[in-house]
Amino acid sequence: MANKKKKNLTPVQQEYQTFEKNRETQRPLIKNCIRAFLTGGIICFIGQGIQTLYIYNFNFTEETAGNPTIATMIFISLLLTGFGVYDRISQFGGAGSAVPVTGFGNAVISAAIEHRSEGFVLGVGPNMFKLAGSVILFGTFSAFVIATIKTILIQWGGL
Amino acid sequence: MSLTGHRTWIFDNKPKIISSGTTGGPFEAKGMLAEDFDFLHSDLWLKEDSYEKAHKVLLEEACERAIEKAGLQKGHIQFFLAGDLINQITPTSFAAETLGAPYFGLFGACSTSMEGLALSAYIVNTKGANYILTGASSHNTAVEKQFRFPTEYGEQKPPTSQWTVTGAGVGLISDKGEGPAVTSATIGRIVNMGMTDPYNMGGAMAPAAVDTIETHLKERDIDSSYYDLIVTGDLGHIGREVSLDLFTKHDISIPEEIYQDCGLMIYREGQPVLAGASGTACSAVVTYGHLLNRIKAGELKRILVVATGSLHSPLTVQQNETIPCIAHAVSIEFGGDQS
Repeated sequence: MANKKKKNLTPVQQEYQTFEKNRETQRPLIKNCIRAFLTGGIICFIGQGIQTLYIYNFNFTEETAGNPTIATMIFISLLLTGFGVYDRISQFGGAGSAVPVTGFGNAVISAAIEHRSEGFVLGVGPNMFKLAGSVILFGTFSAFVIATIKTILIQWGGL
Repeated sequence: MSLTGHRTWIFDNKPKIISSGTTGGPFEAKGMLAEDFDFLHSDLWLKEDSYEKAHKVLLEEACERAIEKAGLQKGHIQFFLAGDLINQITPTSFAAETLGAPYFGLFGACSTSMEGLALSAYIVNTKGANYILTGASSHNTAVEKQFRFPTEYGEQKPPTSQWTVTGAGVGLISDKGEGPAVTSATIGRIVNMGMTDPYNMGGAMAPAAVDTIETHLKERDIDSSYYDLIVTGDLGHIGREVSLDLFTKHDISIPEEIYQDCGLMIYREGQPVLAGASGTACSAVVTYGHLLNRIKAGELKRILVVATGSLHSPLTVQQNETIPCIAHAVSIEFGGDQS
């Protein structure tokens, strides 16, 4: 990526960028990975706990307990976002708090809160999915592509 | 009034900063310079129903305070030169409506404070006005909303990113009265080093600051020892370090002790600001609050404030444009005993 971009830069700019890069604080990759693992792990552990609760106390099966569990996790994420805690967890946990469904919930809810001042129809409505929208679009599209490949392989590949 | 070199103005009539007003938010109240603010708010909303309205109130209060401290009325203000970071600089324009003075809206991103001070000093110096109010403001969450993600959105910021200051700083410039004098100004030009990361503005702006300081010293024919303090706007840790190394590379001697950064002065160690503070208000509140107080207390005699601005927008970043940067330098000297 860097080389392609650097082609358009003058020698002075290239020299400065190398100069600057050496003095930049790097993202602590290993530390971030460990933190993401712990944060993501804890969120999933809580999710598992809730799922077990639904299975043993409310007569759900392992398959049907998924939906109420996700709804509960999103609700918790909503509360934490509203109280201004979720963004702090994310600064610590990075991908660990962004990848689980709570991160998706946070993206929708934070945008909804943010654009409340512009009203419901022109503020909250269109802006609520401004971050999560691409997850939905590309998630659906990639599911479609994978399903198509699977269908082709089964129909004609004889799998 | 004379133009020295290509872009340095020397103000012979010594326009003075006769008073100033600064306001800040809750995060600034916990910072290092809390005592230098005129007003500190415990709540980011300032009892308004949107962050943008709160932003406007910050500036209005700073203006009111500056006028009051000088013992004047709103009607005395002949021009108002100010700006901020929000689209179409509405918080400033709306505050100008309250003020009622003839108004120039400025946009120089985080360099607006010194852009305004240089222009005001020019106008007062040439007898274009007796009283000019100039300043800049920013509001952390209003700016985050526009430039980054929703404020409550969980994103992990890199260690190079900076914290936008909530606050407003204004100065009242006049040819009458007492106060530190504005003696010269060097206007910056755009320096673009091809940087594209909006989370590393210090690194992008450092060459602009170096270019302006270098030009200023050359055109005024002085060396850095002339000043007690050379203070940059919001370079943060990375920008400061990069610029110091650039000075060494360019053979300009600037001792590390006299080369400070407003973005590193305002908050305490341990506040989660990563590489330092930034925002239009950063250089404005530090200059019009803390630094003026130190000048008045006699601790500093001559200072050079170099406000640095990164002139990108969220749109240009998404379109993969590089970040053009600028820096304006203004020298403030006590008693105007100019060499």
